[in-house]
Amino acid sequence: MELSGAEILVHCLKDEGVEYLFGYPGGAVLHIYDALYNQEDVNHILVRHEQAATHAADGYARATGKPGVVLVTSGPGATNAVTGIATAYMDSIPMVVITGQVATANIGSDAFQEVDSVGITRPCVKHNFLVKDIHDLAETIKKAFYVATTGRPGPVVVDVPKDITDPNIKIPYHYPKQVNMRSYQPKVKGHPGQIKKAVDLLLSAKRPMIYTGGGVVLGNASEQLRKFVRTLGYPITTTLMGLGSYPWNDPQFLGMLGMHGTYEANMAMHDCDVLIAIGARFDDRVTGKIAEFCPDAEIIHIDIDPSSISKTITVDVPIVGNVADVLDDMNSQLELSSKKPNKKALDQWWKLIESWRAKKCMSYDRNSDQIKPQAVIEILHEITKGNAYVTSDVGQHQMWAAQYYGFDKPNRWINSGGLGTMGFGLPAAMGVQLAFPEETVVCVTGEGSIQMCIQELSTCLQYGLPVKIVALNNRYLGMVRQWQEFFYQNRYSHSYMESLPDFVKLTEAYGHVGIRIERVEDLRPEMERAFAMKDRLVFLDIVTDQTENVYPMIAQGKAHNDMHMSPYADLPQDPERELS
Amino acid sequence: MRHIISILIENEAGALSRVAGLFSARGYNIESLTVAPTEDPSLSRMTIVTTGTDRIIEQITKQLNKLIDVVKLMELSSGSHIEREMMLIKVKAATMAQREDVKRLADIFRGHIIDVTTTTYTIELTGSGQKLDSFIEALAEHKILETVRSGVSGIARGEKSLQI
Repeated sequence: MELSGAEILVHCLKDEGVEYLFGYPGGAVLHIYDALYNQEDVNHILVRHEQAATHAADGYARATGKPGVVLVTSGPGATNAVTGIATAYMDSIPMVVITGQVATANIGSDAFQEVDSVGITRPCVKHNFLVKDIHDLAETIKKAFYVATTGRPGPVVVDVPKDITDPNIKIPYHYPKQVNMRSYQPKVKGHPGQIKKAVDLLLSAKRPMIYTGGGVVLGNASEQLRKFVRTLGYPITTTLMGLGSYPWNDPQFLGMLGMHGTYEANMAMHDCDVLIAIGARFDDRVTGKIAEFCPDAEIIHIDIDPSSISKTITVDVPIVGNVADVLDDMNSQLELSSKKPNKKALDQWWKLIESWRAKKCMSYDRNSDQIKPQAVIEILHEITKGNAYVTSDVGQHQMWAAQYYGFDKPNRWINSGGLGTMGFGLPAAMGVQLAFPEETVVCVTGEGSIQMCIQELSTCLQYGLPVKIVALNNRYLGMVRQWQEFFYQNRYSHSYMESLPDFVKLTEAYGHVGIRIERVEDLRPEMERAFAMKDRLVFLDIVTDQTENVYPMIAQGKAHNDMHMSPYADLPQDPERELS
Repeated sequence: MRHIISILIENEAGALSRVAGLFSARGYNIESLTVAPTEDPSLSRMTIVTTGTDRIIEQITKQLNKLIDVVKLMELSSGSHIEREMMLIKVKAATMAQREDVKRLADIFRGHIIDVTTTTYTIELTGSGQKLDSFIEALAEHKILETVRSGVSGIARGEKSLQI
């Protein structure tokens, strides 16, 4: 079979099993778009901005575990995609991004829509390729998928000059079944000696703590984790990225940790004597002050990426390997081990943890005459029975969604944790909804974030994506405002959004349903009405309390036991007392 | 602490910028960096001299290993090794006294005069970085017109070798 470069590219995607290709055409990729025209294997989704293509592919990848695939043109197509590529890179999301490039002969001549895509994306990709010969094309695509999806996953860019896809130059097509790269041999199994050491250390603990992250979700290790945690009976916390890998309402689960983590999770981190970190990378939003991080703990760290180990926090027992494989090994060692957890010490530890839990750090004013953002998320959980795929943008709403939704299953909480990209939520929700057309997909956002990719309402109409947008509209860039309140003496510099659009009319202009909710008593019925519209996109513009803050909060650079608490914490009976 | 890291890397376009970019993006120091193909033309050998605490050096080696193009890596300075640097240095040598003194110094340092004009000598000198520094110091009374240093190349002593 003789094919042109453009046809080879499309065949590669088909042979790779790609369902959806998120993209936007342009000069350098016209040959490829022509090859897409007469085929039905790969469904192209036309976004309205290249950033959205990458976020949509990213959302698809996070929800399905399969790589997201993007096609954009050279120059501005590639630069617009960079934010989405960096977003995926920070959260280790498998993605293959094909960027068009000017013809090989024009590279370096400042040609129209030329940009050094390989150079620009180098610091925010797992790897990238420039295809200079049509004969390398199929193998390069194979390598791109292989690198993106194995080891610690990440985005891979393949830059394809226009002449490589010339319809007049045809060569025999063969898609390699596998590739072997001498320079890339990701490790899977953990070292048995280290695993044994870790198990011994865990069983000797008096105040153990399990801290898990996105690696458990990415590594498909939820089942192994649940078994591990239940066998030991130890407390567990997850990072923002790990939510859903352990059920939120299990008594052993202490909630999220870190800057906006629960009181009990952060205190348990601070006081533990053995910490096991599983697929988590000790991000600064998690550790707080490095010098006072888990001061008494010996630390075990399981990670597939050796460079994550002892990067910020020095660990005592490093284990490099795939989280699922290592946990399998640990679970079987725990079964065989004659040693058991120290029950007496553990009971005491749990007693202490329960006393922290009794502070009810997530309390908020339930009697307010204003709509509380936390209540919106709690009602959202009830209406969707906790089964929705929830994407979010970045800011206060993201934290409230993380804190109050309650995730049971992995891959259902989809947010930009590492890069913190506003504008992520809506396009990510599109990718999820395409992957799971029958499921409820919610984008929790704010009136600030949603405007960063709002043009995608148009894409949603084109493909009939009934995403539910829950916009917590507090007329502020809420997280910025919160920091300005706490750390800049209420100087609300440029955090107030004046001239907000009428989101209902805007949504209607895009062909969808818009609902504005202003009164507490309307909240539940209107939300129910919105979610009953199964086949329509509904934009819920919910006017929430302007001054609500996210609690608890560890200020940047402070230790885990140094938290700003909600005025409602610890006083569930009589909140007024503390306030007056 | 000064460390020498040797890398075998795929001899591909952009491989050098991946390494250089890693150092600048993560704020690591590069004192010198040399790179050239090996006996296997598909592989380049790179020698990087860097400074940092043990912790930083550990991160540097891990981050380098993580680059897809890096095939193998060795921290030379952790074991017994040999390092060499080559220097070409052009010195003003117009008077008889200058010419004699520069020639004598070159001989003492086992350098070779590889180019001669009526007013200049160009000397080639190989050795450790310190030796090259000393030679430059020894030339203090002379006018140095140009100094070209290759950066350090290194190899492990004994049977230990960096190969795939």
